[in-house]
Amino acid sequence: MTLLQPVGLLSFMALSAVLFSLGLYGALSRKSAVMVLMSLELMANAININLVAISRFSAPAELTGQIFAVFSMVVSAAEIGLGLALVIALYRQRKTVEIDSMQELKG
Amino acid sequence: MSETVSGVVFLAFAFATIGGAVMMLATRNVVHAAFWLLEVMLATAGLYLLLSAEFLALVQVLVYAGSVAVLVLFTIMLTLRRREDAIRPYEPGWAAAILATLFGAAVLFAVERFASQLPPGTMPASVPDLALFGQTLFTAWAVPFEIASLVLLVALVGAVWWSGGDGS
Repeated sequence: MTLLQPVGLLSFMALSAVLFSLGLYGALSRKSAVMVLMSLELMANAININLVAISRFSAPAELTGQIFAVFSMVVSAAEIGLGLALVIALYRQRKTVEIDSMQELKG
Repeated sequence: MSETVSGVVFLAFAFATIGGAVMMLATRNVVHAAFWLLEVMLATAGLYLLLSAEFLALVQVLVYAGSVAVLVLFTIMLTLRRREDAIRPYEPGWAAAILATLFGAAVLFAVERFASQLPPGTMPASVPDLALFGQTLFTAWAVPFEIASLVLLVALVGAVWWSGGDGS
């Protein structure tokens, strides 16, 4: 890809893959519940970029990808709201937001 | 927006997105990480503008850069007892890094491998307009739209229920 040429779908998909991997790394490695939720938002963001880019390049008149991206945003907004409510509930009970403190179900 | 996306603009937004994500994971301060997440969301809104999805760019700024960032910052402030608690211990997570690298390499390889089946390189010139987007959303996708509003309502009630203190 040279600098002044139009960008193809491949660049957007590669960007989305890198962003998703970074979010995956954050979600698996952090021990603060808030950081895990923020990494999940990063992954949802990568998915949305992919949906919009593929919709724009393959069938722009039908807008299906954009509408899916809207629904995906709704679900991830609900997810972050409920997740942060859970973090606050955990903090009330334990006075900490470390994921390591949630291990009642550990075998 | 113009029909062709210039490589320079795309590279600038891509650098802002990935660099912001790397900085969000590299910083040890949770508050700084929340602000880097905000920067990633704004750069993503720019990418949506490049893809001529103006409505999605606005929603991205409103929902992610607005509400989600404020929600995350409020939760961080409510769950820190001292200012120093914002600094996290160093957590490299080597196993997670290896797994994420392998996953990313596999996805990139798959994208490269099936690149010939993707739609051709340049962006189609026809740009879908916002009126058509609204019309499609409220006719063909009306039932999913109502279900999405129900999901949001349930999530709202559930969040208040879980985080409310005295009820339990």
